[in-house]
Amino acid sequence: MWQFVAIRVIQGAFTLLVISVLVFLATRLTGDPALVLLPPEASGKADYERMRRQLGLDKPLSEQYFIFLRGAVQGDFGLSIRDRRPTRDLLLERLPATLQLAAAGMALAIVIGVPLGILSAVKRDSILDKGGKLFAVLGMAAPQFWVAIMLILLFGAILKVLPTYGRDGPENFILPSFVLAWSIMAGIMRLGRSSMLEVLDSDYVRFARIKGLKDGMVVWKHALRNALIPILTFSGISLAGLLNGAIVVEQVFAWPGLGRLMLEGVLQRNFPVVQAAVMASAFFYILTALVVDILYVYADPRIRY
Amino acid sequence: MASSASDTELTILDPASPRLGWRQRVSEKRLPWLPMGALLLLAVCAAFAHWLAPHDPTSLNVINSKLAPFESREHPLGTDVLGRDMLSRLIYGARTTAQISVIALALGAVIGTVVGLVSGYWGGWADALLMRITDAALGFPTILLALVVVVIMEPGPVAIILAVLLTVWARFARMIRGDVLTVKGYDFVTLARITGVRAPVILWRHIFPNVANTLMVITSLMVGQIILLEAALSFLGLGLSPGAPAWGIMVAEGQEVILDVWWLSLFPGMAITVVVLAFNFFGDWLRDYLDPKLRRAR
Repeated sequence: MWQFVAIRVIQGAFTLLVISVLVFLATRLTGDPALVLLPPEASGKADYERMRRQLGLDKPLSEQYFIFLRGAVQGDFGLSIRDRRPTRDLLLERLPATLQLAAAGMALAIVIGVPLGILSAVKRDSILDKGGKLFAVLGMAAPQFWVAIMLILLFGAILKVLPTYGRDGPENFILPSFVLAWSIMAGIMRLGRSSMLEVLDSDYVRFARIKGLKDGMVVWKHALRNALIPILTFSGISLAGLLNGAIVVEQVFAWPGLGRLMLEGVLQRNFPVVQAAVMASAFFYILTALVVDILYVYADPRIRY
Repeated sequence: MASSASDTELTILDPASPRLGWRQRVSEKRLPWLPMGALLLLAVCAAFAHWLAPHDPTSLNVINSKLAPFESREHPLGTDVLGRDMLSRLIYGARTTAQISVIALALGAVIGTVVGLVSGYWGGWADALLMRITDAALGFPTILLALVVVVIMEPGPVAIILAVLLTVWARFARMIRGDVLTVKGYDFVTLARITGVRAPVILWRHIFPNVANTLMVITSLMVGQIILLEAALSFLGLGLSPGAPAWGIMVAEGQEVILDVWWLSLFPGMAITVVVLAFNFFGDWLRDYLDPKLRRAR
């Protein structure tokens, strides 16, 4: 077990290292950062040379990379080009908003997706099953940015019951976290349904029924635990989708999070900010994937690393 | 044999039963007419956009701006803030979507298949290396990857295609490799190797035809995701230039004026949803039809 964790940590660190090289090279490939940073009133070679020295661009590339890496480990990616603030501060400012939104989205997907999936399996071919299927199929096909805008139109403008931007209170979470959760919820429902159907057909569930256990007991105690394993796997895979979604959802709902920071950084060609945000999200992504892997052991005692 | 619509039941054909003809087998699994019709419509719009569109999708007409749908015979789906005809923009949007998805999908399928074949057939360090790269590409959030691509290149169609490609090839590589590992063990492959057939010939003549079904199924299941990704990138302003007739861009243009001119975002979003739905249904059907064993993998 610990050996497995150690291997995964090393793998994760290696992936991060590869990403850091990519992110570092990305800024060098797009042109000379000194030229981007140079104020318009600066003129002549002297200003340019001073800027290069100041940014450390006169040093060899490998040395520049190690300086970049040393800063990256400490969360320091230099100053934002736009407002000259340390990127670390920007990150720390934006990170909680995204983590809250992602957690709310994932929780919503599980809290609604798991019971709906299981009920669909238990009450197979009922109206609930068919309705659930339609809901799931739509959730996988409708683009998130469009769903978000349509919900804003419906709940914000026509019904006027929910706030559509910012994050002042709990009611602000409802629309963005639903948009973020819908496609994952759909996946969980379909997976929960099919794995539940499979488990309900298994010998030990039949045995539990023969023993005379009540239906509810059989479903929620015996079958659920085994049906949960594929759901856990899927939730782990969905984390990447959650980050994808966060970029889109934060943009539409003016949510002051990491995704928006990243997008602004790209559109303004604010490289230090993009570097910092990409590294931070890669870090969180790898970390959560590791946690999900460790959770398997608790969900399924048959798994031993 | 009652064919059920459930995702979990495996349809096992009894080997003793007389083989059904192609037509009968197809009709038994019920051809997905509705999705196929939607896809045909998409294809026709994409191919003949210049004939079908009643107006130029980019020509401005400030006098006729913000016409509601059905308000004018001239513009059945209304016009946008700049007076551009919605219907024409939607039709040209089909072309944009089709172009980008087809190029990205074709390149992704070719690269992924080659990587999968090489990786699965030779194994060893090449396999280990290629699969680690595949893992990295699969694990990284797609839009994040696209952001990095767009930072390196300028936003534009090439950047979008590259960004989509970078995530798509890995899915092909992973699935094809799995199939190659199975096919590699079959006797006819071993026999070919013993008789001295060169590896590229074995891969092309003996292994590839046996993974072609999987390839078709993944392709059809990937299309929906590719369209969604392309639309999201366009929406975020990372793709084509603003004003270009792409569905994602049209939704974005409508967002700012949603309270006033609701149809600007509504129609292109519906178009994306319908197309993705159609591809998903068609892909599911194709998977059930070609490869019952993949049914359980989902």
